Amino acid sequence: MSTPSALKQKFGRFLVALPPYGWLLLFFMVPFLIVLKISLSELQAAIPPYKPILEWAEGALPHLHLNFENYSYLFSDELYVLAYLNSLKVAAISTVMTLLIGYPMAYTIARSPARYRNPLLMLVVLPFWTSLLIRVYSWMGILKNEGLLNSFLMWLGIIDSPIQIMETNTAVYIGIVYSYLPYMILPLYATLEKMDLTLLEAAADLGCPPFKAFLKITLPLSMPGVIAGTLLVFIPAVGEFVIPDLLGGPDTLMIGKVIWAEFFDNRDWPVASAVAVAILILLVVPIMIYQRNESRAEAK
Amino acid sequence: MTTQPPLIRIERVTKRFGDFTAVNQVDLEIRQGEFFALLGASGCGKTTLLRMLGGFETPTEGRILIDGVDVSSVPPYERPVNMMFQSYALFPHMTVEQNIAFGLQQDKMPKAQIAERVKAMLDMVQMTPYAKRKPAQLSGGQKQRVALARSLAKQPKVLLLDEPLGALDKKLREQTQLELVNIQDKVGITFIIVTHDQEEAMTMASRVGIMKEGQIAQIGTPFEVYETPNSRFVGDFIGNANMIEGAVISGEGAEWKIGAGKIDATLTAHHEAGLQVGAQVTVMVRPEKMILGREAAPGVNSVSGKVSDIAYLGDMSIYHVKLPSGQKLQVSQANLRHGGSGRFDYDQEVVVSWHAGDSVVLLA
Repeated sequence: MSTPSALKQKFGRFLVALPPYGWLLLFFMVPFLIVLKISLSELQAAIPPYKPILEWAEGALPHLHLNFENYSYLFSDELYVLAYLNSLKVAAISTVMTLLIGYPMAYTIARSPARYRNPLLMLVVLPFWTSLLIRVYSWMGILKNEGLLNSFLMWLGIIDSPIQIMETNTAVYIGIVYSYLPYMILPLYATLEKMDLTLLEAAADLGCPPFKAFLKITLPLSMPGVIAGTLLVFIPAVGEFVIPDLLGGPDTLMIGKVIWAEFFDNRDWPVASAVAVAILILLVVPIMIYQRNESRAEAK
Repeated sequence: MTTQPPLIRIERVTKRFGDFTAVNQVDLEIRQGEFFALLGASGCGKTTLLRMLGGFETPTEGRILIDGVDVSSVPPYERPVNMMFQSYALFPHMTVEQNIAFGLQQDKMPKAQIAERVKAMLDMVQMTPYAKRKPAQLSGGQKQRVALARSLAKQPKVLLLDEPLGALDKKLREQTQLELVNIQDKVGITFIIVTHDQEEAMTMASRVGIMKEGQIAQIGTPFEVYETPNSRFVGDFIGNANMIEGAVISGEGAEWKIGAGKIDATLTAHHEAGLQVGAQVTVMVRPEKMILGREAAPGVNSVSGKVSDIAYLGDMSIYHVKLPSGQKLQVSQANLRHGGSGRFDYDQEVVVSWHAGDSVVLLA
């Protein structure tokens, strides 16, 4: 089987795969290991502000100092647990809203005449041409008390005094849903667009009216897109920092803000790193379990 | 059978897509229990006609009655017909069982009854061992069986089949053709099949409708459309045919003399209906009805020529005989004896003969 040309082909594939994997290793794994190391070290007032975990004593074996206190500390102050739970809640609610708004949009685009699909998709992706920061700042302009939205509603006479949206959780939801919508629409569109429409004819033929056919055929078949979109929105939303920081108020407790505060305000790098590692484990483990179940189901 | 009112009546149905007329004023009646084939080249409108029966297209003009009820504007999910799709359209996220049960669940049939029906259907198409599989784990032939079971599970009044065997290889297709006929015989449901394969239509159907440019060119049993086509188009479309042009010289009863000026011969042909003397006609003769010999066989018509091509097909050979006028006739001869005497060589002078009764006079 391993003819020279097959070997060559294998080697070629390896060469193609090498740069991206090398890149990820260098710029994802290595920084992560550094953060992991810092999370296991002790705080000290120095530069850098933590003790090394390996001590090289003269004439003795190197001594390993692993300090798990940073992790147990996360449970001692309810601030961290609350911040985690609140981040998960904000991310979950935003993801559901993104799905509810994104699905009909993706569906409409996928079922439009072929010549309109690409322009419509372009419109979805268009906001990426502007930096996220600028777009979030514009939302401040829209949502603040004397902003566009309140002035418009007052001009219409619907409200007498401005409603407080800025610096509330509502503003955070609006910001996250707005920013992450394309990540939901694109994978949904991809699955909906390649669906065989004859299946819907077959369902109708067998006595299934259109809405029921959507529930029984289209929705189950678009699940891969729903799951991909949900993961793409939920995971980054949990750790989101910019949007809650700019649009949220002082009581918007999210893990991204906690990490920032620990690093830059408290200069407690070990605890900040422990917070970061904990959130990673919190997100990665369930996803890995899910993916294993999926690949098992597929293998069946 | 003829006293029964037709199960399906298609009345002057026309379907236009923009400027294009896919189906043009078609009238058609199909009786209960028939195995009817709509046969035609691609783009002739046969699939559009079938889709109008299924409810996936609405006629631009005319109406369709099923069992006396005008269904022209009834949506597919309320019609008493089921369709087997060319691509099978099996639901990929459901097992074989669930696919077959889908239509029954829409009718709110009790669970126990559904299970029973599904089992019977699986049995009928011999797919019981595969009940728990997903469509992706089935071969093409197995998918075809599941699609058939699913579309028959609801016991529709009519089953529509859109090129049902198109995706199968030749051997499997021939085997499945006979199976389909047996199943249709067993369930007694009216089958309407769309196909471009004339052999398939001839093998399975009790009646065939040949379509051309949105209209039905001829309807009849396979025997009728093959032996007595009503036009050059049908004669050419079904099987092979030799067409000889000529003009009517005289007639006596059903025997007519036709002068084929181009090939310099006077032919005798059998034709029941009256013909006008001098009318331009075409005499059609099937290749297998001609006899090839070194001298004229005891037929009525004979013309001589030279063998220009030989296609050896095993069970028979097709000889192309070039007449002095340049026209070529196709003559097929069974290869009855091993290395036998009845064989001819390239450039050999031969005489082609046939009986008057084997000539069909075509006016169009």
